[in-house]
Amino acid sequence: MLPRMLRTYLSPYKGWLSAIVLLQFTATAAMLYLPSLNADIIDKGVARGDTDYVVKIGGVMLAVSLVQAACSMASAWFGGQAAMAFGRDLRKAVFGRVGSFSAREVSTFGAPSLITRATNDVQQVQMLAMMVCLMGVMIPIMMIGGVIMAMREDLGLSWLVLVVVPVLFVCIGLVVSRMVPAFQTVQARIDDVNRILREQITGIRVVRAFVREPQETARFARSNDDLTEVSIRAGRWMALMFPLVMGVTNVAMVGVIWFGGHRVDSGEMEVGALTAFLSYLMQILMSVMMGTFMLMMIPRASVSAARIAEVLDTDSSVVPSDRPVTSVDVAGHLDIEGVGLTYPGAEAPVLRDVSFSARPGQTIALIGSTGAGKTTLVNLVPRLLDATEGVVRVDGVDVRELDPELLWSKIGLVPQRAFLFSGTVATNLRYGREDATDDELWAALEIAQAADFVRDMPVGLDTPVAQGGTTVSGGQRQRLAIARALVRRPEIYLFDDAFSALDVATDARLRAALAPVTRDATVVIVGQRIATIRDADLILVLEDGEVVGRGTHDELMADDPTYQEIAASQGITTEEVVA
Amino acid sequence: MSDSKTMKTTERIVQQGGPGRGPMSGMVGQKADNFGASARRLVGLLRPARGRAFAVLLLGIGSVASVVVGPWLLGKATDAVFTGFVGKQVGEQLPPGATKTDAIAAAESRGDSQLADFLRGLDLVPGQGVDFDKVAHLLLITLLIYVGGQVLGWLQGWFVNDVVQATVRKMRSDVEDKVHRLPLSYFDKQPRGELLSRVTNDIDNVAQNLQQTMSQLLTSLLMVVGVLGMMFWVSPLLALIALISVPIAMFTTGRIMKRSQSQFINQWRQTGKLNGQVEEAISGHALVSVFGRRESVEAGFDEANEELYQSSFRAQFISGLVMPLMMLVGNLNYVIIAVVGGLRVTSGTMSIGDVQAFIQYSRMFSQPITQIASMANLLQSGVASAERVFELLDAEEETDASVVDTVDAARAAAAAREETRGEVAFEGVSFSYDPDEPLIEDLSLVAHPGEMVAIVGPTGAGKTTLVNLIMRFYELNAGRITLDGTDITDVSRAELRSRIGMVLQDTWLFEGTIRDNIAYGRPDATEEEVRVAARATYVDRFVHSLPDGYDTRVDDEGSNLSAGERQLITIARAFLAQPALLILDEATSSVDTRTELLLQHAMAALRTDRTSFVIAHRLSTIRDADLILVMENGRIVEQGSHAELLERDGAFARLHAAQFAAAVS
Repeated sequence: MLPRMLRTYLSPYKGWLSAIVLLQFTATAAMLYLPSLNADIIDKGVARGDTDYVVKIGGVMLAVSLVQAACSMASAWFGGQAAMAFGRDLRKAVFGRVGSFSAREVSTFGAPSLITRATNDVQQVQMLAMMVCLMGVMIPIMMIGGVIMAMREDLGLSWLVLVVVPVLFVCIGLVVSRMVPAFQTVQARIDDVNRILREQITGIRVVRAFVREPQETARFARSNDDLTEVSIRAGRWMALMFPLVMGVTNVAMVGVIWFGGHRVDSGEMEVGALTAFLSYLMQILMSVMMGTFMLMMIPRASVSAARIAEVLDTDSSVVPSDRPVTSVDVAGHLDIEGVGLTYPGAEAPVLRDVSFSARPGQTIALIGSTGAGKTTLVNLVPRLLDATEGVVRVDGVDVRELDPELLWSKIGLVPQRAFLFSGTVATNLRYGREDATDDELWAALEIAQAADFVRDMPVGLDTPVAQGGTTVSGGQRQRLAIARALVRRPEIYLFDDAFSALDVATDARLRAALAPVTRDATVVIVGQRIATIRDADLILVLEDGEVVGRGTHDELMADDPTYQEIAASQGITTEEVVA
Repeated sequence: MSDSKTMKTTERIVQQGGPGRGPMSGMVGQKADNFGASARRLVGLLRPARGRAFAVLLLGIGSVASVVVGPWLLGKATDAVFTGFVGKQVGEQLPPGATKTDAIAAAESRGDSQLADFLRGLDLVPGQGVDFDKVAHLLLITLLIYVGGQVLGWLQGWFVNDVVQATVRKMRSDVEDKVHRLPLSYFDKQPRGELLSRVTNDIDNVAQNLQQTMSQLLTSLLMVVGVLGMMFWVSPLLALIALISVPIAMFTTGRIMKRSQSQFINQWRQTGKLNGQVEEAISGHALVSVFGRRESVEAGFDEANEELYQSSFRAQFISGLVMPLMMLVGNLNYVIIAVVGGLRVTSGTMSIGDVQAFIQYSRMFSQPITQIASMANLLQSGVASAERVFELLDAEEETDASVVDTVDAARAAAAAREETRGEVAFEGVSFSYDPDEPLIEDLSLVAHPGEMVAIVGPTGAGKTTLVNLIMRFYELNAGRITLDGTDITDVSRAELRSRIGMVLQDTWLFEGTIRDNIAYGRPDATEEEVRVAARATYVDRFVHSLPDGYDTRVDDEGSNLSAGERQLITIARAFLAQPALLILDEATSSVDTRTELLLQHAMAALRTDRTSFVIAHRLSTIRDADLILVMENGRIVEQGSHAELLERDGAFARLHAAQFAAAVS
């Protein structure tokens, strides 16, 4: 996943990448040239007492350093460009893909998971891209170049490199292979500790009501001890890492002087070459170390890449028509014809053979227990989902043939969970119709029983609303969501359980105010309370995806056992109606 | 009451939303309000481990000393090799048995005064090769010192780790303790996310920072001192030259760090903005589509994405300049040392080994300086996090808050199971969360043993507050509440609460098995007692359909249980606790109708023979109540039985009409 993703999304920046390779190559070559020049200073200058030569080569070294710095900086520029552009493109691709998803894909992944994938996961992969752009190019060049240069200085001593590098690899590998799982356990235990704290804080009333403080403290202490124990273990491996690497390096340095000394004595090697060799060895070991750290990042980024790829490889189950219908003759007609919906692989259908028709001025109500398929049915109308059987027609046209923009322009949806966008009360209300006047907003607020509290807000319509609408209470949020749909003046209203969060009196007032506005519109209400839906022209009682009862309130009260049961649980009995 | 300071939001750029912890989430660019005091207090936390902290210091000095002496010894070994090498070369041009003086004389006679100077500086015997005994001796010492130094360094890291983990462990448990001592009003005032972030992210951040600063800052500081000392020891002249690079390095890194930090803050801000947009677009996915906003949402995203790209590029680029610049400074140093050192070797005033050592020192010198510079940011963020944790720890505690110990709780539970008649009286009770907004004023009522008291009224009328006062979750402003004639403030909170069972609307379950959750109120309950409670409250029915029965784990989101099932478990929990007094906050409408029926039956079972306070949302469920309190704006506006209240044709009758009559239209 990861290599493919890097290849795909970095390929537009091939030019920059080639520049990086070129620049890094030059920079690394310059860096590798420095010890060699220094060796020349010692062997040809110092050892022969030639001061002019020392100064001359010093000048060359200075120039080489400047070239090295310039190239590194330039490659940081290109690397930053390429990696960040990579992140931008990948993020856009993920976001675009999620935007095309239907309600089904969103709920399969879960909104929080999709958010994490589009943000943190992309960031992880982008970080790796950055590392690859900068260090990924430099490390191999430095390693191979270092070995070549070391061999050039003295072939006879190069066996030391062949011994030390694998030893270092093994040492780092041993520590890392123990440290990484230990740190994974640490992360898991941190999550445990945090979970318990979170539980204690969110459940503080229950903890106190049941006098469970001692047990909670003991539970936390256990978890805290577990965390401390494994953190100490992981930390000790971590503490070993650096000294171990440095120890190997130091031993290698001593080795170079000892074996090199013999070669110098026998005249096979010059003293300057010895010093240069030492520098090369250090550079090789440095690159090995950096390489290991980079490799450590790969597993994490791979996980993220796989999670992103999952999103990118998922196709939306709702595909717009190739030749969409862009105009219709009627308005507010809704026909559900023998609609069924079965998720792929699922045993039981979510909806089975549901039919009804609604015309402007009519109210259709859906009632039934949770999981009966009410929300699913509502979602079929704006094509947030597609039915697997039967047809949903809006204004006489199969919704799959309609232009989505046209379809949506006809619909005002109030979802089950009222969601407000960050902005102000006004921007939220205008979400579906940007040119609505303030008067229209107030009118909608009046109907939604929200005018009073909006007026009480410090700056009325311009009061800021936090993301998700967390700054207003649940009931207020619901009423604002209803007002938002009203501002749109749609032909079809879909109220998905929009009234349950309201108290009974508000619910009643709201519905009374709603009646004149929806006189010319088609209304579909999903409800829990009998009171909410009893005036509907048609009530459908859903159970396990099937319509088990249909009729008006009075009809259902007379002969539908399921409806009677629901009514009874709300204290409404047949006698009462009769009376 | 928490002091106002806790409410003050410190300047912080936290990634908005975005669940999970990315490497970039939060924590950067934060400043502590009172750096000095908080830092001192943070250091004070290490006091219990001061023995080991002192050991860390000694070990640090030891390891740095050996790391610093190493290159010098290695240089001596190189000298020995070099001297042997030169000696052999010189010896080839001289007759056997010639001395160093002869060699110098020979050089001078050739007019090569440079070579003569050079030879004068060497301790050579012409003709004799490398003295390998001496080299071996030196290298062996070097090896021992190096290895010993690394071992000391390892021990230092080991101890630092132990000290930090112990300190953080203590900090965590202090915070947890504190949570149980804080008044509920504290939790009401703090946004929950903010508080959770304090107890989780901030402590984690402190842990990470302590670890890094304690090990690296100390080592880096010692290193700077040690290396500097050795440089002056080896060659004061070269040391002075090398020192010139320090201010240059400090200045450039400082400047770049400053620039890059503001760029990073900018990057985080943009990240937060973009993540907010993503979160909103995905959470409101259906609305975005149906309200025809897809295009504008995508346009907004593209714009923010482009801005993020620009700002993160700038941040990455500027911070990417640090390494090459530091390398340049290092290389300049290297060149100067090579040239000046080379010149001095040829003039015989310095040995080649010293130059080699010096080159290594100059490399060892720039790294800790860069590290110290970057540590400043880390330290800032760590102290800012510590400060927020301290603010929590300093928040005012509940009056006479004694954290309940196990013995206490057991005694309280025993007391609770004794005869409690269950008579509750409110006498002139006044209470408000906020002094400026009076809520409950001068409220009096009596609930006789075994009675069912129903509380009805619109949202915000103070129904929940009323029952919270019985639990003594809050302290009264005036008046008193008695249970069986005893003022509830005269018994411990543990004892009071042990007598009361509570079912809250918010169905909080903890992560554990269903059995554990039911036994929450009585951990010593037998299996049979759990089953009896479960059967009485209809939990048994659905538990049997779950794969692992009572051992089914309730997960965090509770996705394997419906809202109704969760509520039933909370009822079973209260049932098992066998309280003398019950408080029920009835479930709302989001439960499906069948479960709703079960819930009502279960609650009825629970109420039998007990004094109960029921917050009712559906009037049909309280027909049998002995007393109905109708609350509006914190006052009881009506009270009486169902029939009486209907007859009175007041607030209750209006509520009733709204609920039972057909729509008002």
